[in-house]
Amino acid sequence: MDSQRSGAIVGGDEAAPDTSRQNDVWVVVEQHDGVAAEVSLELLGRARELATRLGVGTGAVLAGAGEPVRALAPALIALGADTVYLADHEDLGDYLALPYTRLVAGLIRTHQPQIVLYGATTTGRDLAPRVASALRTGLTADCTDLRIGDFSAKGETYADLLFQIRPAFGGNIIATIVSPEHKPQMATVREGVMVMPGADESRTGTVVTVPVERSSAPVAPANRIVLTDADFAVRLVKRVQEEKRVDLKGARVVVSGGVGVGSRDGFALVEELARTLGGVVGASRAAVDAGWVSHEHQVGQTGTTVRPKLYIACGISGSVQHRAGMDQSARILALNSDPRAPIFSVAHYGIVGDLHKVIPLLIQAYRTKV
Amino acid sequence: MPFDSRLRRGLSPITFAAGGTFLVPYRFRYLRRWEALTDMPQLRIVVLVKQVPDTANVTGDAMKEDGTVNRAALPAVFNPEDLNALEEALRLKDRHGARVTVVTMGPPAAVQVLRESLYRGADEVILLTDKAFAGADTLATSYALSLAVRKLGGCDLVLCGRQAIDGDTAQVGPQTAEKIGYPQITCVSRIDELVAPADGAHGAITATRSIEGGFETLTSSLPCLLTVTGEANDPRPASVKLVMTYKGIAAEAMPEYDDTYLDPESDDAEVCMLGRDGKPVCRAKVVQWDHLALEADREALGLRGSPTRVKDIESVVLAQSEARMVEPDEAGVAMLVHELIEEHILG
Repeated sequence: MDSQRSGAIVGGDEAAPDTSRQNDVWVVVEQHDGVAAEVSLELLGRARELATRLGVGTGAVLAGAGEPVRALAPALIALGADTVYLADHEDLGDYLALPYTRLVAGLIRTHQPQIVLYGATTTGRDLAPRVASALRTGLTADCTDLRIGDFSAKGETYADLLFQIRPAFGGNIIATIVSPEHKPQMATVREGVMVMPGADESRTGTVVTVPVERSSAPVAPANRIVLTDADFAVRLVKRVQEEKRVDLKGARVVVSGGVGVGSRDGFALVEELARTLGGVVGASRAAVDAGWVSHEHQVGQTGTTVRPKLYIACGISGSVQHRAGMDQSARILALNSDPRAPIFSVAHYGIVGDLHKVIPLLIQAYRTKV
Repeated sequence: MPFDSRLRRGLSPITFAAGGTFLVPYRFRYLRRWEALTDMPQLRIVVLVKQVPDTANVTGDAMKEDGTVNRAALPAVFNPEDLNALEEALRLKDRHGARVTVVTMGPPAAVQVLRESLYRGADEVILLTDKAFAGADTLATSYALSLAVRKLGGCDLVLCGRQAIDGDTAQVGPQTAEKIGYPQITCVSRIDELVAPADGAHGAITATRSIEGGFETLTSSLPCLLTVTGEANDPRPASVKLVMTYKGIAAEAMPEYDDTYLDPESDDAEVCMLGRDGKPVCRAKVVQWDHLALEADREALGLRGSPTRVKDIESVVLAQSEARMVEPDEAGVAMLVHELIEEHILG
């Protein structure tokens, strides 16, 4: 079984030990104009820890076009990468799913890392599944924790697997996922759940320049990345970064509304309370999905993680995914008509009642006190 | 004469639309001429949908005594963003004319999401159901779905929701695209433009996707797969007329793909109504395929074809509430606000 497994993954000499176990832990770094996504840097820190535990090295895949991207490589080494695979090509300037899949899948096939991590951003969640499908390997989305451990099933024990931990089922369960027989083990990881590593300028590492070519016909010479015209079936028309109007992360007070708010008009009450208290408007995913407020206000697993001095949850039942994004707040006030709503379990103060009556009371009480 | 028996006799209710009282055979000669006049290749859209437990609305009622969620108490629903995907398909159909085929994989009960697709205007629906599909992770799921799209002869556009609310992985869309070999645009909040395929040209689609702190607009040649978010639209409600037509429809195994029943000219067709363009619309069937119909490699299906394993599941147990409860009246709220200001929590 073991030789089969390594044979399938590593290829080549069947008598060789399972060398996939000795291979690196990788992070696919996301960057725009030479600025790396925070989650990619956070992942370098965790990759370093996982690699130390496994006794292997770390790799970072860095792709883009021109000097700003090349300049990023030393910073990745300082943050924990032993090897930076640098793919600098004019056609890689903008992230596009197909050419990046070609690149990342090609590098994985060549270098056989045992673990590959991606940020759970719109880019990471666009790229990683496509790569996983191309390599026919497993992928776990939106992990909140990663660990190394042993896994036993059907009398077989797999040592040192990546435990990929994530909420599922609307956040009502926490699942630990493993990918025992497929390499690499891949996961996307949510921003803000791993600690940003400190940069160590004295760290040394290697920058490997990845040869990338463009060809009109699909050819695949070994150890080279050849982007074909078909990889550019999609082209970027424009990318617009809006000024970040919502600063949830830096807010002292966050007032969030959920499905219990009932309507867009109801949400206006939440906004008024936030304005009155000098806070920022947050929302549960249900409120965003209902179209009452834009995604940039979303707090929780697929939104922003906040740690304000005061978090007021209005009509939010409190799924694990929402709670994951706010339970570190200094004080939490939950307002809900359902006394059994899970949100009360993380709240410091609870008010059971109709928020259409209670919010005006809060506004009035604050105005008269100040 | 009851409506259904008219259909069985191959008579068209076109006459209702015309306000007449006669029943006439639906095979009008002018239809052929009409077809000939509009000699355009029909746009083919496949929508991938999923029936999911309604995890978004876990109320106190669905919580067990031990603080975990009673999953069985959650009703099965049409995955919300898949409804958004279907709506985009139907809008494209309204604008450009298209055949909208909806595919789902699931237990036999998942036929309900196909019925609901028909209620909204889907033309053709396919249920992939087989014990061999059970336990599939996203990779094995996308394999089965990609085979279904292949069996349909491919299409111009595949649409699906960005993610399903039971798993929230957002992986099946991109993985299906990779397996069929289509490019992808994920997280689409708006379809800006569709250039339908014509005169040997493939056509193209331009769509806008949400990214962190902004958006980007991309153009893809067709065929292409798009995953659609809840921002894209408000899905239309079911049509009463279509509900009447399809409410009792059951799945039938049709391992050989044969869509002649959708051709008004065919003897198998039952015309049930007129489309917006005045063309007769044939009554759909719920086509059921198993792994043999898909000619699938069993090793790549279901649990066997799934690289990932669930090591363990921890139900989230909610701790006993430690919240200090405040009365929902003026005095209670005023005291709370006072306290928060005193403690410099509120400034």
